[in-house]
Amino acid sequence: MDKLLQFLANGIMIGGIYGLVALGLVLIYKSSRVLNLAHGGFLMIFGWLCWSFTEQIGMNIWLSIVLVIVVSILAGLGVERVMLRPLIGQPILAVIIATLALGYLLEGIAIMAWGANTKGLPEFIPHSAIWLGPVAIPQHYIWSFGIALVLFGILMYSFRYTKMGLGMQIVSEDQQVARSLGISVKSVFAQSWAFALAIAAISGILYAALHAVSNFNLLVGINKALPVMILGGLESLPGALVGGLIVGIFESIGGGYIDPLVGGGFSDIVPLILMLIILLVRPYGIFGWKRIERI
Amino acid sequence: MRAAGVYDVNYAEDMAIVRTRMQWVLLALFLAFLLAFPHFSGLYWTGVFSLMGIILIAVFGLHITTGLCGQINLGQTAFIAVGAYTSAVITSKMGLPFLLALPSAGIIAGLVGLIFGAPSLKIKGFYLAMSTLAAQGIIIWIILHTDILGTAVGLRVPYASIGGFAFDTDTKMYYLILAVVIIAGLAALNITRTRVGRAFTAIRDDDLAAEVMGINLFYYKLLAFFIGCFYAGIAGSLWAHYFSYVQPLQFTLKDSVWYLGMIVVGGAGSTLGAVLGTVFIRLLSVFADFISPVLASNFPMVRANVTYAAGAILFALVIIIFIVKEPRGLAHRWEVFKTWYRLWPYNY
Repeated sequence: MDKLLQFLANGIMIGGIYGLVALGLVLIYKSSRVLNLAHGGFLMIFGWLCWSFTEQIGMNIWLSIVLVIVVSILAGLGVERVMLRPLIGQPILAVIIATLALGYLLEGIAIMAWGANTKGLPEFIPHSAIWLGPVAIPQHYIWSFGIALVLFGILMYSFRYTKMGLGMQIVSEDQQVARSLGISVKSVFAQSWAFALAIAAISGILYAALHAVSNFNLLVGINKALPVMILGGLESLPGALVGGLIVGIFESIGGGYIDPLVGGGFSDIVPLILMLIILLVRPYGIFGWKRIERI
Repeated sequence: MRAAGVYDVNYAEDMAIVRTRMQWVLLALFLAFLLAFPHFSGLYWTGVFSLMGIILIAVFGLHITTGLCGQINLGQTAFIAVGAYTSAVITSKMGLPFLLALPSAGIIAGLVGLIFGAPSLKIKGFYLAMSTLAAQGIIIWIILHTDILGTAVGLRVPYASIGGFAFDTDTKMYYLILAVVIIAGLAALNITRTRVGRAFTAIRDDDLAAEVMGINLFYYKLLAFFIGCFYAGIAGSLWAHYFSYVQPLQFTLKDSVWYLGMIVVGGAGSTLGAVLGTVFIRLLSVFADFISPVLASNFPMVRANVTYAAGAILFALVIIIFIVKEPRGLAHRWEVFKTWYRLWPYNY
């Protein structure tokens, strides 16, 4: 029973991060209908940048985190301008291949710049565990989970109540209507990319703090965030959080109980199996919009 | 754009792929070049062309599933892996001949493809891509955790042999691959022109409209997956016997992406495009090989992985540039060139 509680706690904590990663994907999909499969690549490269600023240049960790977020916003604006605009309205195959290729381009750049290594970030949040009854939770997991929740709260609030968020909602609903209301669709796209990559930077640094800075972080975008996004529904912000928690819990419990039986590694494919089941049973996810085609 | 003065006067001419005497001459010269190639090119280029041929077979399959029928398959290397392991187990563990292993590799890969293609009846587009992505992860994981398949260590595979003749050198293997590529290419080209191919195209353009026209979506979507994965299985079997060794690390998601990239660079939906795209991207990888010593001296941190990184950057850049600048691919460029050449000098 203690074991189960421990797995549950781990799953919830890591699920918060998965939700945050998926949030970046949802934000871009919601406004521009482009699925950014390169998200994991950005996650990886921002993690490396943070490591580079602190360990190679010797900056204060907090300063370097702020700097990485600034860089990520600029990168978001740049990527939107150079890559995304030509992709709008192209067949889904082109979008999938272009963004996947962008992810591998970032991986190639990361290998060129930092080599195929694994590095650790300095300990900027204490790692020692807190005991809640029989369950031990490391402090940096709690902090990351808290940061993820706060970010979710801010985004959901701004989506509902600020001018910019409402603009994003209208654009995702109907671009022509948005134009006729005097909202610049282009600047909304640019804003959502800037926000999404800022989220990628934060989640990349948090993920690196939990695990390590390495090129494998690329796979988080595909193997974890996509199942989360599909589970929660492609367009849904709360869906990303709920989906993240579900994937995290399943991965932790499934991995914890089945890994010893099959010799490890099962937790890696739990999210994929979950995604396959969701696709077969309820492809539009928990909170997604069901599309009905009629002749 | 037809060459001037060439008219079809009977049905056979209407269906012909090769129309003029010049085309026959060029085709014969090209085949002679391919046949003589290993004798003057050296081992390196023979190897490059052999691998190119194996990949081309898999890309032909992807061309049918994705390019023709529009069912995005992000797990083609996993199906190549299924074919490779099937062939490996049949020849090395069961001791059966290669001529039996080759088709059964194709059929088993096709059947596995049916399992992961089945969701295509309910979902499409991006969602289907995600389910084939899951196939990639799950199939490779199963191989990694099955003892009879050698887990992470891999399996040794004997040389391919037909009736006592062993394909034990690179040159012999080159001819075997060349023969299979030609058969596979002709089959792919002709599928496009049959009832099945037209049904695939209709499904790609609008599956609802296709269903209304009386095309059985259930049958044709699964058929597209079966044929595409059958090709992947054949490619896998040749892969296993060419490298004499199979291991899960040979079959990555990244390669699946590059294979789809070849379709896009060549021009989705065109058999010629599949060939052009594959040749183009594979030659880029030769280029990456070629420049990596220079890069290695400039980037000392990455000496071991420089070819890998340079290849990834080159492929990704080329694919992105093609999608942004020329979404219809090399095949379209070739058509434009042909029109220009045939109208020259009066191209108004």
